[in-house]
Amino acid sequence: MSGFSDVKKIFGGGTTSTARQAGILLSLVAIVLVFQFWTNGLTLTPGNLIAVVNQYSYILILAIGMVMVIIAGHIDLSVGSVAAFTGIIVAKAMADFDLPWPLAIVLGLVVGALIGAWQGFWVAYVGVPAFIVTLAGMLIFRGGNQYIGAATAVPVPEGFTVIGAGYLPEIGPDTGYNNLTLILGFLAVVAIAWREWRSRRTQAEMGSEMVPVWVSIARVVIIGAVVLYAAFLFAGGRVGTSFPVSGLILVALVVAYSFLTRNTIIGRHIYAVGGNSHAAELSGVKSKRVNFFVMMNMSILAGLAGMIFIARAGASGGQDGNGWELDAIAAAFIGGTAVAGGVGTVIGAIIGGLVMAFLNNGLQLVGAGADLVQIVKGLVLLLAVAIDVYNRSQGRFSIIGIFRPKRRNGPSDQTPTPTTGTPDTAKPGAVTVNN
Amino acid sequence: MVDQPVILEMRSITKEFPGVKALSDVSIAVRAGEVHAICGENGAGKSTLMKVLSGVYPYGTYEGQIVYQTEEVRFRDIRSSEAAGIVIIHQELALIPELSITENIFLGNEPGRGGVINWKEAKKRAVQLLARVGLRDDPDTLIKDIGVGKQQLVEIAKALNKDVKLLILDEPTAALNENDSQHLLDLIVGLKGKGIASIIISHKLNEIEQIADSITIIRDGKTIETLDVRGGDVNEDRIIRGMVGRSLQSRFPDRTPHVGEVFFEVKNWTVQHPLVPERLVCKNESFTVRKGEIVGFAGLMGAGRTELAMSIFGRSYGTFVEGQVFKDGKEIQLRNVSEAIDQGLAYVSEDRKSLGLNLLDDIKRSVVSAKLGKISRGQVVDDFKEHAIADEYRKSLRIKTPTVDEGVSKLSGGNQQKVVLAKWMFTDPDLLILDEPTRGIDVGAKFEIYGIIQQLAAQGKGVIVISSELPELIGLSDRIYTIFEGQITNEFTSAEAEPEMLMKSMTSTSKKAEAA
Repeated sequence: MSGFSDVKKIFGGGTTSTARQAGILLSLVAIVLVFQFWTNGLTLTPGNLIAVVNQYSYILILAIGMVMVIIAGHIDLSVGSVAAFTGIIVAKAMADFDLPWPLAIVLGLVVGALIGAWQGFWVAYVGVPAFIVTLAGMLIFRGGNQYIGAATAVPVPEGFTVIGAGYLPEIGPDTGYNNLTLILGFLAVVAIAWREWRSRRTQAEMGSEMVPVWVSIARVVIIGAVVLYAAFLFAGGRVGTSFPVSGLILVALVVAYSFLTRNTIIGRHIYAVGGNSHAAELSGVKSKRVNFFVMMNMSILAGLAGMIFIARAGASGGQDGNGWELDAIAAAFIGGTAVAGGVGTVIGAIIGGLVMAFLNNGLQLVGAGADLVQIVKGLVLLLAVAIDVYNRSQGRFSIIGIFRPKRRNGPSDQTPTPTTGTPDTAKPGAVTVNN
Repeated sequence: MVDQPVILEMRSITKEFPGVKALSDVSIAVRAGEVHAICGENGAGKSTLMKVLSGVYPYGTYEGQIVYQTEEVRFRDIRSSEAAGIVIIHQELALIPELSITENIFLGNEPGRGGVINWKEAKKRAVQLLARVGLRDDPDTLIKDIGVGKQQLVEIAKALNKDVKLLILDEPTAALNENDSQHLLDLIVGLKGKGIASIIISHKLNEIEQIADSITIIRDGKTIETLDVRGGDVNEDRIIRGMVGRSLQSRFPDRTPHVGEVFFEVKNWTVQHPLVPERLVCKNESFTVRKGEIVGFAGLMGAGRTELAMSIFGRSYGTFVEGQVFKDGKEIQLRNVSEAIDQGLAYVSEDRKSLGLNLLDDIKRSVVSAKLGKISRGQVVDDFKEHAIADEYRKSLRIKTPTVDEGVSKLSGGNQQKVVLAKWMFTDPDLLILDEPTRGIDVGAKFEIYGIIQQLAAQGKGVIVISSELPELIGLSDRIYTIFEGQITNEFTSAEAEPEMLMKSMTSTSKKAEAA
């Protein structure tokens, strides 16, 4: 292993998808730094960071669900409409029926789940392509939103706005910072260090290959420093603002869904179905259930995103959520999700979403109009996926080959001795031939 | 026939794929107006040879010479070979189901001027061409609305339209019933009378015996011999001897079988084709497996071996009609794959890349993927256990990789197969069904896989091995069933299994007494 590949490992274990993520992460850092200079330091100010989180948390929440949908080999075009539909129902329930806002949130999640069950049914059990089902859903639920809301804005009560426009409260002594935000930042650093230590310990127990100690330390120090820096920025804003509640919801979801996709059986099954559904079924995976789950889960998250949005806007309207699906899909693809499914991570999609967010934000700060912002976003999406496609055409995941020098003691493919049999006769034989 | 001039000669054709020498110094000579059969086991190199001839593998990618009508030819692609009058009809028909017969016949060859098709002319010629192959169907009929037999004839009509002089048919009757087959064979003989020579590849030796004028036998990518059918006494036995003639070397680890009592039994297993309900892919098949026994299933491609295995393994293929499965004397239900896994069945598919593995995954995740529950607490997968288990298999099966974090797509075929075996061994099966376990694997790795199979049997598990390679089956198995057209035709003990007898039972429904 050369020194360079160790450096790369600071941002990932050296596996294929993390290598891709490391590239995206570097782009994100570069974008933030470029705009930091270009805007004379406006990008990394408390007020701006808080605004970015407030504006993009719901898109990032959608990206979490979207990456799972895409990994399983589907797509969801309906998320914007589902968010708007859920939003209007929740707003109406509070305005017309005086439903208490905590119950209204539950109601919103249930509405999302029902819509998800509807779409999941068509995708998983009838076999209609998700593209079609959700295109239909996009129309149905947009229309539903406008029908129920009669195309007027429905305001939401004060208490409800906390999930979209609320901040961590001020507690403890006056330090000039928001104490709770600082504490959360410190806790996050401790968690990162603990996780690194724990994984090293178990790796040592198993006697498996470990990254050098300095890589681990560098990883904890760099990530920890970034987290602390961000914490001080968020905590140091205008009094009354701090880390937004919607950001907190986002972080909790990212942690939970990262765990779900990486460490649970259902998570494994999502990758298995997206990677090779035939092989998955022959391994006992019930792929219909998996497809149903990802579609349903997406709509629940869309419902949540819709509620956060109307909480921030203070009212539900007929144009809520327009174009969200495209932002969420773009975030997933920029974040290294494979177009054909089977590959992708929640954290990658979040990084991809942040790339879009900071591009958007930075361009606005330097005074670019919405027209230019769209053009740049489009080009970035195209470029990111083009890189992915190019890498695939060069043999799967050759991005690793670019970064990683040839292993000397790599998988010692025995030089295959010439035998009989041709690649043609090694095709799927009897199963397909008779069709 | 011997007096006829040679129309085609392929001289010393050698074709290599990365790591595989598919053809080595193969020569064949076809005379004008004859039906020339090419025989050989699966993987012997027949299809590769035909792809070289038809330009699928263009000049320059093989060594050797093709002399056609006394001139050396160098085909760049299929178009150039077709222009010379050599047309190949593949086993999987190249017709477009949603287009009409006329449209298919003239596809890529449309009559007309300046890009505008003259449909009147096309239809007129289509009717004439159809008449030549004995079809009286409306040329506007869509291909999907006519049977496979007629589709095959449309393919030939399409070839006739191209002014064919040499017709190559790859397993033309594999999907046809007896009537349609006979009609097709008659047509081929009829074309011969009109000066069109044919090369036919077929596993059905009785058909070859019936229509071929000469037979070239290929084995292990080499020409073994050319038999003149009309000149001498060539019969099925003679052909089979040529096809399987290699000796059984000691390619297998030593083993003393310890076979226990019957623990797995399938009775009257009948399954329909998933798309064509009137076709039965398994016809009333019954068999048994004993503890610690390796049972071979011999059959040619398309005989219904995989269909049998997959339909038993949680009904993953076809439509279940009837049949019972007994394990340890009790009837068990295998309605889906997870039930089959829970009942202690494992199926290692014949196509490791599209059915056996998720090529995007790494080794450790692949190994545990068929029984994640075994290393999970609740829903949460213990990834440290996963790593440890995968590493154990890496050592015990000698999977050649630096770590189990490596992606399976980076492994060689043999090592991928070991990962698949590990995946199914991890499910603790009582019965393993291994479908072509050594396909596309080099000799050294084969020996190791044989060793693993024997170990599994030694642990008291039942093992079913499906293979096209008779020497492999004979070398491994304690007992062999032969399958032909969805039926179990015979059963042989390891002592009585001879390649010729097996091949006979694999190509006809004749009983053992006749076969012996």
